[in-house]
Amino acid sequence: MLRLDAVEAGYGDVMAARAVSLEVRAGEIVALIGSNGAGKTTTLRAIAGLLPLRGGSVELEGRRLSGLGPAAVVAAGIAHVPEGRQLFPTMTVRENLELGARTAAGRARRAETLTRVFELFPRLAERLGQLAGTLSGGEQQMVAIGRALMARPRLLMLDEPSLGLAPVVVGAIFANLTAINRDGLTILLVEQNVLRALRCSHRAYVLENGTITLAGDSATLLADERIKRAYLGR
Amino acid sequence: MAVGLTLIFGVMRVVNFAHGDMMVWGMYLAFVLSTRAGIDPYVSFVVCAAALFVLGVAVQRGLVDRILAAPHEMQILLMLGVALVLENTALLAFGPEPARVRSPLARLTWDVGPLYVDVARLVTFGLAIVLTLALSLFLFHTERGRLIRAAADNPYGAMVIGTDVRRVYATAFGIGAACVGAAGALVSPILPFQPPTGLSLSVTSFNIVIIGGMGSLLGAFIGGLLVSVAESLGAVFLRPSLKELFSFSLLILILLLRPAGLFGRRAS
Repeated sequence: MLRLDAVEAGYGDVMAARAVSLEVRAGEIVALIGSNGAGKTTTLRAIAGLLPLRGGSVELEGRRLSGLGPAAVVAAGIAHVPEGRQLFPTMTVRENLELGARTAAGRARRAETLTRVFELFPRLAERLGQLAGTLSGGEQQMVAIGRALMARPRLLMLDEPSLGLAPVVVGAIFANLTAINRDGLTILLVEQNVLRALRCSHRAYVLENGTITLAGDSATLLADERIKRAYLGR
Repeated sequence: MAVGLTLIFGVMRVVNFAHGDMMVWGMYLAFVLSTRAGIDPYVSFVVCAAALFVLGVAVQRGLVDRILAAPHEMQILLMLGVALVLENTALLAFGPEPARVRSPLARLTWDVGPLYVDVARLVTFGLAIVLTLALSLFLFHTERGRLIRAAADNPYGAMVIGTDVRRVYATAFGIGAACVGAAGALVSPILPFQPPTGLSLSVTSFNIVIIGGMGSLLGAFIGGLLVSVAESLGAVFLRPSLKELFSFSLLILILLLRPAGLFGRRAS
């Protein structure tokens, strides 16, 4: 479904992603793991069109996305839950969610999607009129995921959804991701919490210093000695 | 006028120093429409707003867009440059003599008991309220308006959900300019003007916006009322030439007591 071929991207003189190649198949949850500064966020931003590609190509269902701006990438069917959530703090939860429905598909099925978002995150239904900036971190993450779902994407990308959240909340968020995936949505997940990411995903890629160093089934990687030593502290 | 300025600042964090000069262009446009075509400024303000909308979009697209990421002092220089160009073009086109638009409304007064009510001012005031209300309805109850607020709140977040942020900025700048265009036309029968009037108008609107709180529409409206009341009282109790003393004392007072302005959000 999504194919990255030797993607290069970076900031200024720093090339944070060097020759990243990976593939996400329809219906999968794919995790992209690695330590801080390995180039995970850069890769996601390059896919989303928020950062220009310096080399390589990005394809969604055979269609080249390279060179498109963020608006065109969202319209093509990729929704992005960015690091730090990036909500609209002085707008209400309802406004934040509805602003996510900017694609043709999202607009057409707005009410239906909103109902599904409330099924996944009942807490949001109670807080509809509240300003997003006054929510707890976990609730804000729910709004960010809900806002991305409102676009009715074919691929959902999440950047560090567990960042700064209490373990109980992280567990709930990951359970929701599994539920969203069962709805038929393909997910690309960037995560520093390697254990959680490998447990919830089908396949995973390990990113080190801007390149993919290891790839495979999540279950296999979970048992891999190198992964255990480098990321799981065992 | 101040409502337009606060919209532009609130959305783009760009201080529009050409604001007063845009207003003067609104006034001259009303002047031309009135003298050449005989259209009353209380009608032609719609045309002036539309023309200034186009000017605002052009300034945003052609100039401001390039320096949004630049430091504040560069933005100030650019906007001062735009102000100079607008002022001197007005000088070239209309000459330095003070102008005033005639409107039959401007000569009417009502006697209400012991008070004289200037009909022109009353109409201007009423229209200002209507325009401010219309603007806030637009910002809070239409999708385009919500997008403007979203882009003001978090431009990166707006990009993430697939918004063409530059287009939203152009709309916001256009609407801000349209507000001054309308304001210029509406005060043109009351206030005599000449090309350099722009600077003092800019200063007054900054005063209002700072008192009301940067980026708050309600603040801009209340600030406008406070400043005009302060200036009128100053003109009555001291000398008319000292009226600014009052409004600027008010500014200092507000800055001392509430640095973010009456309705401003505190910088985090």
